[in-house]
Amino acid sequence: MKKYLLYPGCSMESSGRAYGDSIRAIMEPLDLHFEEIDDWNCCGATEYLGINLIPAYSLIARNLALASKQMNGTRTVVAPCSACYLNLAKADYYMQERPALGVKVNEALAAGDLQYKAGTLDVRHLIDILVYDVGLEKIRSKVTRPLHGLKVAPYMGCMLPRPDYQHRWSDHEHPTELDDLLRALGADVIDYPLTTECCGGHMTQIGPETAFELIRRLVADANERGTHLMATVCPMCQLNIDAYQNEMNHFFGTDYHMPILFFTQLMGLAFGKEPDDLGIGLELVNSCNALASIGVEVPVAQEPTGPRKKESGLPMPRRWTKHEGKEAVK
Amino acid sequence: MPQMTDERVRAGLAREEDLSLLHEVSMKTAGVSHLEMCIQCGTCGGSCPVAQDMDHTPRMLFAMLRAGMRDEVLRSNTPWICVSCYHCVVRCPQEVHIADVMYTLKSMAIKAKLYQDSTAPHFSQTFVDMVETFGRSYELGLASRHYLRHFPLRLPGMLPMGYAMITKGRMALTPRKIKHMDQLKKILHRAQQLELTS
Repeated sequence: MKKYLLYPGCSMESSGRAYGDSIRAIMEPLDLHFEEIDDWNCCGATEYLGINLIPAYSLIARNLALASKQMNGTRTVVAPCSACYLNLAKADYYMQERPALGVKVNEALAAGDLQYKAGTLDVRHLIDILVYDVGLEKIRSKVTRPLHGLKVAPYMGCMLPRPDYQHRWSDHEHPTELDDLLRALGADVIDYPLTTECCGGHMTQIGPETAFELIRRLVADANERGTHLMATVCPMCQLNIDAYQNEMNHFFGTDYHMPILFFTQLMGLAFGKEPDDLGIGLELVNSCNALASIGVEVPVAQEPTGPRKKESGLPMPRRWTKHEGKEAVK
Repeated sequence: MPQMTDERVRAGLAREEDLSLLHEVSMKTAGVSHLEMCIQCGTCGGSCPVAQDMDHTPRMLFAMLRAGMRDEVLRSNTPWICVSCYHCVVRCPQEVHIADVMYTLKSMAIKAKLYQDSTAPHFSQTFVDMVETFGRSYELGLASRHYLRHFPLRLPGMLPMGYAMITKGRMALTPRKIKHMDQLKKILHRAQQLELTS
């Protein structure tokens, strides 16, 4: 049994709950053991770095310091979220590239009786572990319900393959790790050139028009290629494309229905697990029809409905659309 | 931008004291920024998926940095539009840590109070407040505070989505807190002091 330290990240307990559930479901068949870092804190996402440098890196480094105390036969930290992975890996790398940063961060850590020597740990993403440690052969051998006929767009997102200071991926812009893994599950993997384009990240919150365009590109391209569903490796990508698809449709006046699941949910299905145990059904753009094509039945979830459209209703602010611009709601 | 300054940037007519801005940004950036190595090739802007919403492309912004145009740079929306997708970073022939330079410019703009649109800085600050209080992010608190402050009229349209997220157990009503919040607070407090002296 292979053991790893796990940095789950905040979204694993909330918006990305399905990711957490499905990871737990595939650990046993793959003989993996993840030990959670005790009392880990938020990595700061993309927000803390834009406020203050030393506190941002100290926040990240507290996790590395805790993990290095917990090393017990392993020095590998697994992060399933791309943003968490990048922050942890980047902190470790920059503390080596610029020792002055490492000194200051350690001075801050010392206030909490912690320390971290850069380079002690190996920070890796979950899919890296699955493809390169577990191996595609082993994954293939566990498949009992091949996903034949399910057309999947492999969506890697941006923060996983880039900037890749540790040189872990086959390519920065068109990596094939996710394609290979999905193919091992028997899925019909489509060519998806936008695989490492951005989902908009926090722009859904601060500049929705910018984010909606990025989401539209990804969804429209997947749709044009006859995709049943998209597979992602990141809770942020899942949230943006799933939860904001309805709003994006309103904004552009489009009618896309493109479900997006975590790649671990598809692994679970291929391993013969029940949809319920994999958090399938938690997505807002439901995957019922997509999964029906491989004979998996998912209870129909209720679609979120838009605001009341009755003309005679109370005067409510309308949602803004691309043509009206922000003025529509002012 | 006034035509005069535009031309000054294009001609590369920067005085020596102006270069201190470039150096300052470089030193404040995590890692070795390589900012001084920029050859103005424009690969960054050409690779950017959101360049159409920026007032200056990253290349232009770096030229302005070199020209010492502090106020213009810190007023630019470019760092705030940047989605940190790192396309430019892996394509840059000079290996400039472009995304990290954008983070530095954001924090400098907040400190200088020069950036006009407060939506993005407030979002970052609210996120940081949550993390400094609980040690974890708290999506419901973050979203409701942010929307009430900046997009109150979008809230009715967001309710169905929020409702679905809550009923599906994808958004917790109460925040989760780490065990050793006191330790994290001490670390961040010391880090703040170090930030001011650096």
